[in-house]
Amino acid sequence: MEATNKQINNKIYWRDYVKDIPKNDYFFFRSCIRQTFFPGAEQMFLNILKNNLNINYKDDPNLTTCTGIGYHSDIIPLETIHTIVARHFSLMNESGYSNFVISCVTTFGVMTEALNTWHEFPETLEKTRENLYKTTGRTFEPPKAIAHASDIIYLYRNEIANQLKYRLTNQYTGEPLKVVDHVGCHYAKIFPQHGVGGAEFPKVLSEMVNAWGGEIIDYPARRHCCGFGFRQYFIKESRGYSLTHSQTKFESMEPYHPDFIITNCPGCNMFMDRWQYVIQETTGKTYSEDDNGIPVLTYEEIAALLLGYDPIEIGLFMHQTNVLPLLEKLGIDFDKEQFIAMRAESMQLQPQM
Amino acid sequence: MKKIAVIGGGVAGLEVAKQLLQANIPVTLIEQSSKIGGNIKNYAYLFPDFYNAEELLNSYHYLITDPNLQLLLNTEVAKIDFSKKIYNILTKDGISIPADAIVIATGYNTFDARLKEEFGYGIYENVITSVQLEQMFKNKDIKTPSGKIPERIGFIHCVGSRDAKVGNTYCSRLCCVTAIKQAIETKKLLPSVEIFCFYIDLRMYGLLFEDLYLSAQRDYNIQFVRGRLSEASEMMDKRIQIKAEDTLIGKPLQMSADMIVLMVGMEASDFSKQFKYHNGLDVNEHGFFNPINPHNLRNLTSKDGIFLAGTAIGPMSVGETLDHARGTALSVLSFIKAN
Repeated sequence: MEATNKQINNKIYWRDYVKDIPKNDYFFFRSCIRQTFFPGAEQMFLNILKNNLNINYKDDPNLTTCTGIGYHSDIIPLETIHTIVARHFSLMNESGYSNFVISCVTTFGVMTEALNTWHEFPETLEKTRENLYKTTGRTFEPPKAIAHASDIIYLYRNEIANQLKYRLTNQYTGEPLKVVDHVGCHYAKIFPQHGVGGAEFPKVLSEMVNAWGGEIIDYPARRHCCGFGFRQYFIKESRGYSLTHSQTKFESMEPYHPDFIITNCPGCNMFMDRWQYVIQETTGKTYSEDDNGIPVLTYEEIAALLLGYDPIEIGLFMHQTNVLPLLEKLGIDFDKEQFIAMRAESMQLQPQM
Repeated sequence: MKKIAVIGGGVAGLEVAKQLLQANIPVTLIEQSSKIGGNIKNYAYLFPDFYNAEELLNSYHYLITDPNLQLLLNTEVAKIDFSKKIYNILTKDGISIPADAIVIATGYNTFDARLKEEFGYGIYENVITSVQLEQMFKNKDIKTPSGKIPERIGFIHCVGSRDAKVGNTYCSRLCCVTAIKQAIETKKLLPSVEIFCFYIDLRMYGLLFEDLYLSAQRDYNIQFVRGRLSEASEMMDKRIQIKAEDTLIGKPLQMSADMIVLMVGMEASDFSKQFKYHNGLDVNEHGFFNPINPHNLRNLTSKDGIFLAGTAIGPMSVGETLDHARGTALSVLSFIKAN
């Protein structure tokens, strides 16, 4: 009762919570938008599993979208998305796998929500079985374990740390890089028990950064939405809301001088990257000391970069906020001229606002 | 002579003991801590009249020298054996205390605010609880844990109360008026401080509570915002940024404060939570002891000779606790007479 804050400082209830993460034999579920915006990220996840962690996985070409974006925009009804989720699980059953590993945070939210709904309302599971059978002739069983791909990298963060070619250190100063983590809302805010460290301070990304030599920044808008927010973005007239939310985050993190932002959600990665570019183009404002903007990378991209994969192979030239200054800060050995040329080509192909 | 044991040396247990001793009934008073007083030790002043809590507690100190009182401090009860006609209280130190009647006056715990991680208690230094603020009143020194004299303070109501997320769906009743009392006390010590109270409803159930609320607005310029906090975050200068929705104007709100005070609610004591699993006394879904009924048998349990007093049955003010304890003492006297 009379304890001071300092005395109780180490007792955060969710801090030590780690969910049960499967260790091997993953049935991998790709993201539809990541393959468009940052295709290298998913490929790096698979490369790291295969080349660095010697882990077995299945990448099934028969999978489709989870329809999460349509679902959250009220275009796809609940019964439809349940049936589609069931089809994915059926494909997993067919392949002999039972650990479902998901690339996208929205899909992760959709699948955990479906599993929870079926658990709470068993009649919806029966209805889904019926719908799936009628439409495809398939049957299914839910997975034994479900995890987000960032959970897997979190699980193996120390094994990855042991193989790092580079660490999250500023080669010019020797100081740890300052990193902003942004965890996608649908990772743990729907079901805290499905996130490593719970909903308020999930540590899935921060612990990776710590393991790889960086320093996490806690800033006031840390848990603020990235600005994606399906409805805010999909309705063109509302895109100002999306941009405003991203701007709120950038302004909040700016005084802490972050070296980069790490994300685990396709939407967060896309919008925090793109909106910085848009703000820069429309107002001239950047949020970094070097006027470049704060690079936004996924956890697989960072892991791959530090493990020594080529930034071009990772696809880092496709980011709109230039990653080049970060590569130089990290002391990465790469073909700078080719990177610049590919980035210039990529930027010309970007859609106009 | 019947042996009467009272478990809990807070104001409820003390009042029961006082009444029984006045009737020349010897009492064994068992207290787990090193001092009598229970939760009231943490309070400087009591609502609604700012009565000095220490003065109230001191009024019981004479009991300690009463030859009919056996006071066992630092004594924690492990179990009560109900199997024989004379009950047996077993302490964690292995002492056995026989009793014909037992009064359970084990009080309450305050909600552990760390469970509301989104409010940052235990994470950000300038987030404190109402219990910690009360300690500052006792020292007559209001400073943020960072050492600054605050210019703006936010009081956050219903922390751990009416909140399904933390498993407490009940209203703790007293936090609203405590917040107003504390806000006024703060203004008395720091007249220039700005105070914002974030509330769901203001449940001013007692006589004079509403007057206190009115006075807070009229005489002390304390601001009330109807809206629950969504989160608190630490700013670079250690101030706290809070986000809420002002539900009266239907707009989100963001502001910074030098310190926020979490009005932690009352929870069932560890004692009653343990009894739920080990001793078969009736405990409700919130962990408090259930009397036979909450109307005319409010002091009695389903076991003959086992009585309840004070906040062991649910949140109560000090005055209500003392009234309840006196009723319990009367029930004990009736029990002695009947047996």
